[in-house]
Amino acid sequence: MDAILEPLGSAFFVRALLAAAIVGTVCAVVGTYVVLKGIAFIGDAISHAAFPGVVAAFMLGLPYYLGAAIAAVGTSLAIGVVTRRARIRTDTAIGVLFAGTFALGVFLYSTIQGYVADLFSFLFGQLLSTSVDDLIALSILGGIVLATVGILWKELLYSTFDPLGAAASGLRVEWLETLLLVLVALTIVISLQAIGIILVVAMLVTPAATAQLLTVRFGRLMASGALLAIAASVAGLYLSYWFDVASGATIVLVQTGIFLVVLVLGPRTGLMARRRAVVSSGG
Amino acid sequence: MVARPDHARHHASVWLSGVSTGYDGRPALEDVDLAIEPGTLLAVVGPNGAGKSTLLKLMAGLQPAWRGRIEVLGEPPGRQSRRIAYVPQAELVDWSFPVTVSDVVMMGRYPGLGPWRRPGAADRHAVADALGKVGMASHDQTQIGQLSGGQRRRVFLARALAADPEVYLLDEPVTGVDATTQEDLMDILEAEARSGKTIIATTHDLACAAQRFQKVAAVNRRIVAHGPASLVLDPSVLSSTYGGHLLVVGGQTVVLDDAHHHDQAFGRETHFHDDAH
Repeated sequence: MDAILEPLGSAFFVRALLAAAIVGTVCAVVGTYVVLKGIAFIGDAISHAAFPGVVAAFMLGLPYYLGAAIAAVGTSLAIGVVTRRARIRTDTAIGVLFAGTFALGVFLYSTIQGYVADLFSFLFGQLLSTSVDDLIALSILGGIVLATVGILWKELLYSTFDPLGAAASGLRVEWLETLLLVLVALTIVISLQAIGIILVVAMLVTPAATAQLLTVRFGRLMASGALLAIAASVAGLYLSYWFDVASGATIVLVQTGIFLVVLVLGPRTGLMARRRAVVSSGG
Repeated sequence: MVARPDHARHHASVWLSGVSTGYDGRPALEDVDLAIEPGTLLAVVGPNGAGKSTLLKLMAGLQPAWRGRIEVLGEPPGRQSRRIAYVPQAELVDWSFPVTVSDVVMMGRYPGLGPWRRPGAADRHAVADALGKVGMASHDQTQIGQLSGGQRRRVFLARALAADPEVYLLDEPVTGVDATTQEDLMDILEAEARSGKTIIATTHDLACAAQRFQKVAAVNRRIVAHGPASLVLDPSVLSSTYGGHLLVVGGQTVVLDDAHHHDQAFGRETHFHDDAH
């Protein structure tokens, strides 16, 4: 019991816990659309594209949120244009953007004299260094993302499910697709410090993917994804605190573990379900 | 037989004049003239790749015209979108999507609600009403992937009904369904046409087009013929529509055409092939 209560006496741990809960919730809500639309690769590309923004902001002495947001939102808009206008395959175009922007970040990083631990933490995350200012920024950005989904959830749902039917009935599907990419970009900016650029795609995809194994209802999918993400974030944070290991990686490992357990034991895809199916078809 | 063009345009709910379009620079439809009056139940027939789906997409504002003019309910396509309902081919839908039958039908109400309003009692009533009409009221909480092919077409027609449109644009609404479902769906469409709605449906089923539709447009890159079903569906029109894919066996016309092939050779659509129960 002490092992659980003791860290709560430290302000930095409580801040990290709050940050983990906010990041988990926002990632799971936006991630539900990412998984249903099948744009995990785009999420990975946007997160890598945020790196040069973070490095540039550091070099110019600006807040890293600003640099990351400009780079991530800019890339998401570019991807929106590329997927509609380019005459090459979308995944090829995104692959080019993805590698190019990340290389720019590494290039800029290498021009800085000496080792910059702060910047390195953006690659792999460092929840325990969440400051009060970070928490305020997380809450504001997270609030904007959740409020936008709260208003437009049904339009986003219809245009994800049946883009042709939605567009024909008057929904502005292109606009909604672009909006979703911008929401993904903002979600990534929120998650950068906690999880890091390399692993943030797991936060977007894994909770919703796990929830998909549990339910076939949209509302329950989003809610259970958020609960799973919060639980994994809290558990991962404690584990990383106890064993003094990287918080972002630990949270992602916990999520991956939950996903595998549900995959094997879950009601829809698990061994039990399969055995039931075999028994009923055999009998 | 030849009406003044302005007269036809004035009375038409859907009107196309000299329309051409295509994909990636390759033409799919050329020089299409068509005037469809309210209360018409029109079948669009033709071989695969003839441009049947493209014709519907032009009317729905989903496909831009390269040349020519289109008016839907008196305005360019897309302007009156809340008064039309478009139903895509079944294979363009992701049936594993986590939505129930009633969720899908409620989507028909979303555009009328706008972003700020949540579905209310009137919307739930419209959904229940539409599900009742298509005979799916008892399946309202079923996930769509668990439905049979015929049930899926019933649900998508219910979504269109729930939107209460004036123009229905239906891509293969009775393809791959059992005879009972086909009769039920055609009864509903006939009733809608009688109440003054315009219904335009693509189909591979020439027997259904002949028996259940008032009018037929035979399409193969252009309008080969358009008029009453009995006049259009005659062997000479059909052979110029279907070319070598048509076989006349002892008075019976047989189309050598696979309904499961994609209508679209071009375009950038994802096709979902799912094992319908």
